[in-house]
Amino acid sequence: MLHLSEAAVVQITEICDRYLDEPTPLMMILSDIQKEYGYIPLEVQELVSQKTGISVAEIYGVVTFYSFFSLNPKGKYVIGCCLGTACYVKGAQQVIDKFSELLGVKPGETTEDGLFTLDALRCIGACGIAPAVSINGKVYPKLSVSDVPGIIESYREGAV
Amino acid sequence: MEKIRTFEELENASASCIKCLSDKLAGFEGKRAIVLCGGTGCISSHSTEIMEEFKKQLEEKGLENEVSVNQVGCFGFCSQGPFVKIYPEDTLYRLVKIEDVSEIVETDIVGKEVVSRLLYVDPKTGEKVTKQEDINFYKKQRRIALHACGQINPEDIHEALGAGAFKGLARALKMTREEVVNEVLNSGLRGRGGAGFPTGRKWMFAMNGDGDKYVVCNGDEGDPGAFMDRSILEGNPLGVIEGMVIAGYAIGAQNGYFYVRAEYPIAVNRLKIAIKQAEEAGLLGDNILGTDFSFRVHIRLGAGAFVCGEETALLNSIQGQRGMPRPRPPFPAVKGLWDRPTIVNNVETLACVPFILREGAEEFAKCGTEKSKGTKVFALGGKVNNVGLVEVPMGTTLKELIYDIGGGIPNGKKFKAIQTGGPSGGCLTEEDLDAEIDFDNLVARGSMMGSGGAIVMDEDNCMVDVAKFYMEFICDESCGKCSPCRIGTRRMLEILTKITDGKATMDDLTQLEEISKTIKDGSLCALGQTAANPVISTLTHFKDEYIAHIVDKKCPAKVCKNLMQYKINPDICKKCSLCAKQCPVGAITGVVGKEAFVIDPQKCIKCGMCMSSCKFKAISKE
Repeated sequence: MLHLSEAAVVQITEICDRYLDEPTPLMMILSDIQKEYGYIPLEVQELVSQKTGISVAEIYGVVTFYSFFSLNPKGKYVIGCCLGTACYVKGAQQVIDKFSELLGVKPGETTEDGLFTLDALRCIGACGIAPAVSINGKVYPKLSVSDVPGIIESYREGAV
Repeated sequence: MEKIRTFEELENASASCIKCLSDKLAGFEGKRAIVLCGGTGCISSHSTEIMEEFKKQLEEKGLENEVSVNQVGCFGFCSQGPFVKIYPEDTLYRLVKIEDVSEIVETDIVGKEVVSRLLYVDPKTGEKVTKQEDINFYKKQRRIALHACGQINPEDIHEALGAGAFKGLARALKMTREEVVNEVLNSGLRGRGGAGFPTGRKWMFAMNGDGDKYVVCNGDEGDPGAFMDRSILEGNPLGVIEGMVIAGYAIGAQNGYFYVRAEYPIAVNRLKIAIKQAEEAGLLGDNILGTDFSFRVHIRLGAGAFVCGEETALLNSIQGQRGMPRPRPPFPAVKGLWDRPTIVNNVETLACVPFILREGAEEFAKCGTEKSKGTKVFALGGKVNNVGLVEVPMGTTLKELIYDIGGGIPNGKKFKAIQTGGPSGGCLTEEDLDAEIDFDNLVARGSMMGSGGAIVMDEDNCMVDVAKFYMEFICDESCGKCSPCRIGTRRMLEILTKITDGKATMDDLTQLEEISKTIKDGSLCALGQTAANPVISTLTHFKDEYIAHIVDKKCPAKVCKNLMQYKINPDICKKCSLCAKQCPVGAITGVVGKEAFVIDPQKCIKCGMCMSSCKFKAISKE
């Protein structure tokens, strides 16, 4: 059982208090927590439940419904491969397969060293530069399979 | 910006802003302006870094007061980005890199000569084109929803006012609510999110009744391959806000909500800035322009659920719940957000509203076909030369869209189909190329307008694989509330996988058709009701491809991995061993310089590395 640090309790309380005037603040609270910590474990959901009066069951239901919310910590670098139609018809599947092969994880998983999480993304709307990959918000345009090793290496070396 | 409290103050502010903007574009007092495309596509190709480099170099030369530099919204021609445009000459540079900045500064800004190597080259004539309006990609376009996108700085309300922002609102506020609704009704505007429901009718339903009401802008653009709404929000957020305020006035709402995908950080940020600036200017808030109409705008972010683009699921998501659809009726216009009357309009729909109020319903209705008025923005992508965002009058033919604007299919390949309407739509083929684009015409031909994604496919795309791709998407995004969609899409995906694996029989095909019908009839919301469309439409047009997979165990486009093999032609092979070195599984053997190399089909994982590495084109798919 994970215990929340005092600092975390203070910060999560502060996040809940931001939306006291909102009639239905749950999505906003969860988005802020996800952004701050990278995941929303059960202990945090219990705390949010205490602060908002929304049942843990309902909060858990919402957290597991939306793909942006995660129950488990994500890697330091989240590699999001766009698999939207425009990217797909231009070979995005081969690109994500290459990431998967080189990192040794399937989409949705995190490498053991906690450095990378590989995600298959829905269309990120960067169809003009397909196939696109977004790493911690930075978008890499027109990737080919041969670009993949270099990109992984640049993050391993901390050069980016 | 000073507060604008009356109609007269707005007119004065507009007049001075219009002068400012036109002075900037016309080069008043010898000043010049550099604008860069600041859409998501160009930003990821370093347009922001290029802008900073321009600023730095201009400062070094002491030109920072003579030449302004700023980013604007999407230019639309994404495959040629990043773009740099120089005013007043209106010179357009494309595919600009950070290394090109010094040459542009030296040659163009200082030397006043065009850097000809950075101009667009017309692929047909080989001629260099200096101005944007002379490029074929732009010639047949007409910008109503994309008004001012790619021209104004989206983070500066002065430039928006300079492009006519809030003039539509001012006119609306001088009319009665009924008159505003009638104006929209008369314009013939139909919902741009896909279904094409008359916007004015929707507003009329919501305008009756008192108390709290809401306007919701649906910016949860989830169709893969669609980025129209994002570009509008990035390019002219105040235009959409103005449309929302007009809608609020018309139906008697006090609050508006933007529901935007969390995947669109730049759009959200610009929207926030625009809302803040409009509030400071008094164009949002209490007693707008001195009237008794008050309106506030809020932003809510999505969290990665495609189904939230469905209006009732979206409302549940704003209410902090799982984004699952509600049964309709009651429709949102009667019982929507927090059970109050609510209209949900798409971004592009609201972006058309200021034009209708500013220029008049008649002007809007001049453009388009009998039943579909105005324009439609498409995100043209896939196997087409000119990838990007295009806005064309309704009634433009698919041929004009793909060949005149899109520049045709790259690498001399043959056009196969254009997919419109995303996972809810279908394919249109060669025989549809002369069809005029409008809501009813596309439905009659077995596809739909959808929100505007238009993906072109060529002979190298396998239509069964495409259908499977959409079904995977829907299967993943089905919310699970109703069983026809939850279970039906899963069964369809299983059958499609069997087909692409070469393990299906003709009975499977019959079952596929049966399930399609059941899902269509039995699902709760549009996501399920339309989920089978990509399958139905590919089955209609490309049944032979399905049969080839099932009976001949062949994938004609050589896409489906289990039905194709890589082979090395020994007559062409130069025995260089490059392919063997690239092969990740050691499936290729041979002797350098002596024996042609061969691929062991048992070991081969069909990654294609060998084929892309061979310099002599000795490797092919069979």
